[in-house]
Amino acid sequence: MAELKFNKKGRLLFTKEMKKEYTILCPMMLPIHFALFVDVFRNCGYKVELLTNDGPSIVQEGLKYVHNDTCYPALLVIGQFIDALHSGKYDLDRTALIITQTGGGCRASNYIHLLRKALHRAGMDQIPVISLNLSGLESNPGFSINLSIIRKMVAAIAYGDALMALSNQMRPYEKEQGATDRLVKQWTDELCAQFRRGKGMGLKEEKENLLAIARDFAAIEVERMPKVRVGIVGEIYVKYAPFANNHLEEFLASQDCEVNVPGLMNFVLFKVDNRMEDIKLYGGSHAKFAVVRALYDYLTKMQNVFTEAIASQPCFEVPATYEHVKKLVKGVIGYGNKMGEGWLLTAEMLELAEAGYENIVCAQPFGCLPNHIVGKGMIHRIKAENERANIVPIDYDPSATKVNQENRIKLMLAVARENLEKKEAEKAAKTK
Amino acid sequence: MKIGLDVGSTTIKCVVLNDKQEIVYQSYERHYSQITQKMAELLGKIRETVLGGEPAQLTVSGSAGMGIAEACSLPFVQEVYATRIATNELIPDTDVIIELGGEDAKILFLSGGMEVRMNGSCAGGTGAFIDQMATLLNLPLDEMNALAAEYEKIYTIASRCGVFAKSDIQPLLNQGARKSDICASIFAAVANQTIAGLAQGRKIAGKVLYLGGPLTFLPELRRAFDIALKTTGICPENSLYFVALGAAYSSVDSIDIDEALKNIAGYDANAAFRFIPPLFENEAEYESFKERHASCRAPRGDIASYRGKAYLGVDAGSTTVKAVVMGENREVLDSIYRSNSGNPVPIVRDYLLELRRKYPNLTFASSAVTGYGEELLKNAFGIDFGIVETVAHFTAAKTFLPDVDFVIDIGGQDMKCFKIRRGAIDNIFLNEACSSGCGSFLQTFANTLGYSIEDFANLGLFAKHPVDLGSRCTVFMNSSVKQAQKDGATTEDISAGLSVSVVKNAIYKVIRVASAEELGRKIVVQGGTFLNDAVLRVFEKEMGVNVVRPDISGLMGAYGAAVYAQSRAKAPSTLLTLAELEDFKHEVKVTTCGLCNNHCRLTINVFAGNRRFIGGNRCEKPVTRRSGQAKELNMYAYKLAQLLSYRPVEGPRGKIGIPMGLNMYELLPFWHTLFTKLGFEVVTSPLSSRELYLEGQSTIPSDTVCFPAKLMHGHVLSLVDQGVRSIFYPCMSYNFDEKLGDNHYNCPVVAYYPEVIAANTTALEGLNFIHDYVGIHRRHDFPGKFHEILSHYFKGISQREVKEAAEAAYAEYYGYLDRIRRKGEEMIEEARAEKKPIIILSGRPYHLDPEINHGIDKLITSLGAAVISEDVVSDHVHKFPTHVLNQWTYHARLYAAARYIGTQPDMNLVQLVSFGCGVDAITTDEVRSILEENEKIYTQIKIDEITNLGAVKIRLRSLFAALEQENEGRN
Repeated sequence: MAELKFNKKGRLLFTKEMKKEYTILCPMMLPIHFALFVDVFRNCGYKVELLTNDGPSIVQEGLKYVHNDTCYPALLVIGQFIDALHSGKYDLDRTALIITQTGGGCRASNYIHLLRKALHRAGMDQIPVISLNLSGLESNPGFSINLSIIRKMVAAIAYGDALMALSNQMRPYEKEQGATDRLVKQWTDELCAQFRRGKGMGLKEEKENLLAIARDFAAIEVERMPKVRVGIVGEIYVKYAPFANNHLEEFLASQDCEVNVPGLMNFVLFKVDNRMEDIKLYGGSHAKFAVVRALYDYLTKMQNVFTEAIASQPCFEVPATYEHVKKLVKGVIGYGNKMGEGWLLTAEMLELAEAGYENIVCAQPFGCLPNHIVGKGMIHRIKAENERANIVPIDYDPSATKVNQENRIKLMLAVARENLEKKEAEKAAKTK
Repeated sequence: MKIGLDVGSTTIKCVVLNDKQEIVYQSYERHYSQITQKMAELLGKIRETVLGGEPAQLTVSGSAGMGIAEACSLPFVQEVYATRIATNELIPDTDVIIELGGEDAKILFLSGGMEVRMNGSCAGGTGAFIDQMATLLNLPLDEMNALAAEYEKIYTIASRCGVFAKSDIQPLLNQGARKSDICASIFAAVANQTIAGLAQGRKIAGKVLYLGGPLTFLPELRRAFDIALKTTGICPENSLYFVALGAAYSSVDSIDIDEALKNIAGYDANAAFRFIPPLFENEAEYESFKERHASCRAPRGDIASYRGKAYLGVDAGSTTVKAVVMGENREVLDSIYRSNSGNPVPIVRDYLLELRRKYPNLTFASSAVTGYGEELLKNAFGIDFGIVETVAHFTAAKTFLPDVDFVIDIGGQDMKCFKIRRGAIDNIFLNEACSSGCGSFLQTFANTLGYSIEDFANLGLFAKHPVDLGSRCTVFMNSSVKQAQKDGATTEDISAGLSVSVVKNAIYKVIRVASAEELGRKIVVQGGTFLNDAVLRVFEKEMGVNVVRPDISGLMGAYGAAVYAQSRAKAPSTLLTLAELEDFKHEVKVTTCGLCNNHCRLTINVFAGNRRFIGGNRCEKPVTRRSGQAKELNMYAYKLAQLLSYRPVEGPRGKIGIPMGLNMYELLPFWHTLFTKLGFEVVTSPLSSRELYLEGQSTIPSDTVCFPAKLMHGHVLSLVDQGVRSIFYPCMSYNFDEKLGDNHYNCPVVAYYPEVIAANTTALEGLNFIHDYVGIHRRHDFPGKFHEILSHYFKGISQREVKEAAEAAYAEYYGYLDRIRRKGEEMIEEARAEKKPIIILSGRPYHLDPEINHGIDKLITSLGAAVISEDVVSDHVHKFPTHVLNQWTYHARLYAAARYIGTQPDMNLVQLVSFGCGVDAITTDEVRSILEENEKIYTQIKIDEITNLGAVKIRLRSLFAALEQENEGRN
């Protein structure tokens, strides 16, 4: 069995021996993307398992082991881990955890520490926690992020974004119920299989795959009819993780809406771009700028492949590029606003409104600090920019009830329906 | 016929329209959460008496109607939207609608771009809130309204949520403030809350409509809105029925009433709420539980036959007054437990009179009082000792379990828990103002469901499926309960569920433990709420340990006071005699203290013989009439004076305004010097005040952001009012790097709040609001970058000028810090010479603001300690490993200060935390663990716009009591 080793500060390390013996548990956020990520890591020799446990016990464990005033995502991520570790499914002496650490000025950079505190309180100090970060925050001998992994992850993000965006555009209109989800499953399996064979990660293969994805989704039989179109923005975890937002997408679908959830690639580009913006705003090393620039350019290239592939089928709304989104927010909020989702959240609301998804749910954990600024703080301003914007901010926390949340969303939808009817009537009048 | 049914959180409203759109039937009643029954009853009645076989169209609306409508496939319209439909039909020229309901508050802007707003999940200031306040004041609503009409003064009451307001009102009551003033203040608070929470920067003007129950029934509430909005709104005919009318107007599909009734009746069957195992499996289990607890009894004696010294203990709690008469063998001779009805004085007087008259031979050798009303009662009745609650409870608990290591007391309003280490109170947990619910919450809930608290609690003992209601602030539970009821939970299930959540709140939110071992195994539980067997059972189950609950659980504070009085008794007691009691007089005057910037609202109590007691004061000035002692060791006062010394200097480039809030409380020396050197006249906004806050509150977009941030709106507006054309308030991701942490960020709110001001303050249009991103952490790059920024706003400032000004600014900033540290060291030396305890009052620079710290610094000095700020000692240590990512400059100082204090026997740390400060959820745990590694007591004080210092005093006095005990132990 692998020996427990600690660094100078006393942090338990993930060693090379552990890489061979340990199962690494990964928390859930975006179901499609994360399924792909897991296979990227497996392809690199890590035994990673994506957690799919759900239900009230996650919240209970979170409340028990995490400071209750901490943001809801921390409570859920840690709750999901502890719940899994308590399930008896895992050998606690051969299990490690992985969690992202952005290094930004938000509380999220501290999740890993809160997780360790929780493990300590739960008497599971022997479990190593791996920080997944690009800021050089914590390192482990048995885990390294190299260029190859980054490239594979980027590919996975592009696939995940494509599957998410296209399925959202087709599902509400599909003739045969379930056809879209079947295709999502089929493609996720296919891509995972490719990853395991070490395929599907080069730019050329990615292009082929994405074009094929677009073709397949465009072929789903649909019946188009005017529906209320709703965009979802917010704190990244609550925005994406279904059990964090009380299955918001399902609810909106049940209310006969078409949903648009902006993808993950722009968030990654945003985090990379922040480093360049910092240097532009405050000064800094040219060499560092050049390195970051190279990564940024690679991501942009990837995004262009993605955009072109989706544009190859005229029936799709093409998700906005990072460059476009960034331009939209100029003069509304500063590019130096980088903690949490930063200016990107504001920009996404503007972009959604521009693209015809002007009905927006802004989902955030109760008391989320960056959201005071870039979410709720900007709604007034967004309305000044685009008067069609119909935004409802919704808070999520362990005690917020579904009834309250849905009531507020329904109010937003009532206004949306009225606007839609008006628009349809105008259209009809014009065609006459 | 068209039927509109509005099923709200507390009431059900119904309207039936005929084909001419005339109202032929309407009804309004409370549903006491029996929603489906009421709906069925109502529809059945309408079918029989109104419809007469005619076809009908029905639409349901309202928050509680949503789920039912969906499940029974009845047409549904969202309630705010329904209001709008009705208004378009009835009063189409309306500009703004303000509607208050049971638990919702809504504002609809109709003209000039329609917008609808509802309160978020933090739901204060609604009908349920007013109901709670009425219960607290023991007044029916109409009387509350009548009293409010006669008000003279408005007190500041935090209106964010019911619990906050309660903790503001309680001390006012205990200090003897007039009920009429309190009623009016409650209404004003509701109006402010609604406007602050919902207007979010949009102006409320034009034709304003008031709708919903509270605004219909309470004319004084409407007046409060009129005053706050500077307008006269109208309350139209049928103001209760707008939602129901809107639903009726939008009814188009005919429905089969019989079918609907069947569906509604069947709805109950779909129970799907989350539940936990029952509290007791069977009667036998309950019996053995009762037996075990029955054995823990305090000795009793017969007061009529008792001859010997007697001791009086009084506990004036938040909602009740308790008193115990105790004999020499600690036997309880007599006791009372009464609701204080808002004023404890007459209750205690009656009781003492009764005792003195009935038992003239009883001699009181000593007496003590504790609780919220401690000072008032001590002065009123000549009680010998006043002690802090925690000491009273500990004293009592020790008599039952001498080696007790944990005490938890849940009263009506507050929760007090503390650990005992080496025989002294060590770690105190009080519920912060946000989760006070406790017993009074159970009480209010029992009342709304039509039960007494005892009956209600007992219902839960054998509930089959106790509802899992979560463990957050109890105010949020209203809607959880609603949902559970909707899903078919019985009253029994809910009663048990509420007991569970009270306990979970205590364990996970207030004490925050993961296992009983952390608390120790010898636990004494007390307080009125634990008399409730359901609560006691849940606590034992949750902690997995058998605890001691004395049979006088509700009297423990008073009993402890009596025991304390006995142990300290020396001279004859000063307790009022029969003659004095008979002559007892009590008058109350309200005034504002003008001796310093805090402007405390004082209540002056005058008793017979001209004895006076002043309440509401934060320092000793109004009592001693001296304006400040010369030798007060208070770094907060010194730092504030230093900042105020940066005065405007006239310059050729005109005025530039700086709002005095958040990080400006530390960076003023920097920016003031920089701009003054560049030839600007630097004007700052005045010190924060209530008025300044109210001025800006309608532009606050997020009602859950911290109070210091909210104040910024008022500061910027006050600069605009001063006619300043350029305002400087930069965004700053990064702060100075003091080499204490892994990074040197500002928190997101401090970093980016200028963006919020820019996006939500229309008054800034046409002005220079300079809120660019600046990086003072890069001293070398700063002048060039800053020159670039300035050139966007001003002509003819050269790079060289900026460079020189920046040099001076850096020098001034470091000089300022140096002065602070030197002065701090001096004060520490002085304190040591005078043998004063030293409190390192740790927070953020902006906690200097008296409107934010509420004079807590003065409160500490008045208790005889020196107040030193964290930045004085934080540079005594080098960077060290922490259990958290140490990445914020201000917070790194906290860790460093905590570390340093661990090495100083005469220093203790008190941390100030702003409510809603997400970052402090992380720092508080870390500061605590650093202190505890060094065997230090951690004391945390949460502050908000709240001005009640009662809880703060308990914490501080308990801390001092513990320190004293530690000292005694050492000697």
